[in-house]
Amino acid sequence: MDTFIQQLVNGLSLGSLYALIAVGYTVVYGILQLINFAHGEVFMIGAFGALTTSLVLFNGNTALWTLPVMIIGAVIASVVTAVLMERFAYRPLRHAPRLAPLITAIGISVFLQELVRLNYNQVPFTNWNPFNLPDAKSLIPFPEIDVVTGPAFRVGGVTIQREAIFTIGALLVCSVLLWWFINHTKMGHGMQAVSQDQDTARLMGIDVDRVIVVAFAVGAALAGVAGVAQGLQNHNIDFHMGFLAGLKAFIAAVLGGIGNVAGAVVGGLVLGVVEAMATQYIPGQFGGSPWKDVWAFILLILVLVFRPQGLLGEKVADRA
Amino acid sequence: MHQRSIVKVGASLLIASLALSACGSRGSSTSSPSSGNKTAVIGIMAPLSGNLSALGLGIQNSVMLAVSQANASNAIPGWTLKVEAKDDQGVPDVGKNAATAFAGEPDVAGVVGNLNSSVSQSTQPVLATAKIVQVSPANTNPSLTQGANYTTAPVRTYATYFRTCTTDAVQGPFAAQYLYQTDHITKVATINDKKTYGEGLVAAFTQEYKKLGGTITDAETINPDESNFQAVIAKMKPTAPDALYYGGEYPQAGPLSQQMKAAGLNIPLMGGDGIYDPKYVALAGTTANGDLATSVGAPTDSLAAGKKFLADYAAAGYKDPAAAYGAYSFDATNAIINALKVSLKGAAAVASVRQATIDALGKVSFTGVTGPVAFDKFGDTTSRVLTVYKVASLKWVPVVTKAFK
Repeated sequence: MDTFIQQLVNGLSLGSLYALIAVGYTVVYGILQLINFAHGEVFMIGAFGALTTSLVLFNGNTALWTLPVMIIGAVIASVVTAVLMERFAYRPLRHAPRLAPLITAIGISVFLQELVRLNYNQVPFTNWNPFNLPDAKSLIPFPEIDVVTGPAFRVGGVTIQREAIFTIGALLVCSVLLWWFINHTKMGHGMQAVSQDQDTARLMGIDVDRVIVVAFAVGAALAGVAGVAQGLQNHNIDFHMGFLAGLKAFIAAVLGGIGNVAGAVVGGLVLGVVEAMATQYIPGQFGGSPWKDVWAFILLILVLVFRPQGLLGEKVADRA
Repeated sequence: MHQRSIVKVGASLLIASLALSACGSRGSSTSSPSSGNKTAVIGIMAPLSGNLSALGLGIQNSVMLAVSQANASNAIPGWTLKVEAKDDQGVPDVGKNAATAFAGEPDVAGVVGNLNSSVSQSTQPVLATAKIVQVSPANTNPSLTQGANYTTAPVRTYATYFRTCTTDAVQGPFAAQYLYQTDHITKVATINDKKTYGEGLVAAFTQEYKKLGGTITDAETINPDESNFQAVIAKMKPTAPDALYYGGEYPQAGPLSQQMKAAGLNIPLMGGDGIYDPKYVALAGTTANGDLATSVGAPTDSLAAGKKFLADYAAAGYKDPAAAYGAYSFDATNAIINALKVSLKGAAAVASVRQATIDALGKVSFTGVTGPVAFDKFGDTTSRVLTVYKVASLKWVPVVTKAFK
């Protein structure tokens, strides 16, 4: 029983990470019907933003009060990236055939990865490194902030890590804030309207361009928080970390029903828990860590076969 | 109108691609030949970028140091040595491309590489077909020199492949003996990353450890692309091991150690030469103290020749440290140079004496910076000295150096 609860906790913590990133995918899809494959890189840049804040402003000081500043740094970095992406890459393609923004997203993903890998510790085309930042071509250790990292808590037979509590707590706080934003603010209502019918919303006087920018920004802010959580959990960050995490989060968003914010959260948690359980309970040759992804994706395929709109999605009639 | 724009775009694309192909080429070379001298190239294949670049750059710089010393002392009269480095990124396919490129160049006299056993498996056949000698400073998997059935029926598959470091058939049992006999640890869990090196090392360790009487409580594998190991750690924890033996490299071992201790499993992680690097300690964080590693040979600064190598390396002003395999790369280069002293005498071109170079390399014997350098009939080094290192005050310190029996 203890092992079950242990893996459940592990799964929820992993799943919270996926959920935070999945919300970004789902919000953008709901409004633009665009799958923003570069969102994983927004997550990665958020993590690098937090690291840079810590190194530049605090010189690697690990006191707890640096954590909110690091989160703000992460959010600023990821929001700026997402807004620039929207302005220069997606807006010109607003009326292009569906395939063009998709390919652009893949291109931006590669561009951002290489930009960080080659130019994190030097201004492009020069050798100038004013803040003495580390080389991003290999793993960079992430600062171990007091209180949120350190020895784990033992509750009965279950070990609960501090980073796991931080991640799950971050998901709860962000979910509440997001729910309040979408349902109780004017901009949130605008986002709901634009996702239902863009043209009518425009006729009603809603500034659709502004709503789209806010949608990207909201998704990016959550991804920035996820970046800090991943850095604390894994104790290192890497220019390549956005690829796999983004892919899994996209799967989570689809699993929960793409376009549906609650679905993204549920999908993320379900995916994380299935991965953890598969590692523990599938015996023999097809079990263990290497096969956990396989089992998670088999689950995805089964859900989509029997319920194509995802767990919480609504059936959308095909247009005749 | 439409045609005009096609011509404009096409022309600008053509010019741009010509300009781009002109700037920058893979690899680097040093020193142009002085007048009258013929050129022989020593190639390097190592991960110069990516997670293992700390080790790869140390290899590259050490080879360059050996070649510049040889050129300065005119080691091979009438010949000037050049260095050409190619990045294999630690990936077998990229390594194979690099080896194919070397195989096509007539001036290449020998290659120092690779770092990863999995990459060497791809590059060995290519260089063997071209009869170019390959000396690895870091490959430890026994099958590379002794064939797939190295425990029961060893047979040398490639006459061109040599190595200056000892193999996992020695390193794994050495670690098993240390844990069982010196540290008195009887229950160990193992994890490997499923790559050639990690899997082979853990297999050699497990065989010897069970023979000594120890118990393996759990044997797991991880995916080297992953960064979150919580699930595997949670699975391993209830089996209550007293140590973890990890087969693989430091980009995974460091985070694994940190996450394991954060999850409450406070046991030492022991690994092979793949984790012996300062970056391991940086990645494993503040809880790294107590972790162990074995590495081939004695610590470089424990021998007088090794100290001189480190002093020369520092004087040459390289940006990256020599790392774990710098001294071995230096000796590998000098082994090739010593072989070339014999084979290039009176030769017209490098390509015509390839077989003579292979024969001469099998017979070299000299004192290098890691100790005596010589090869046995399989191409393995005759020295079986290994060292156990421990992390103390967040640095690697040597604990014991012994020759394995």
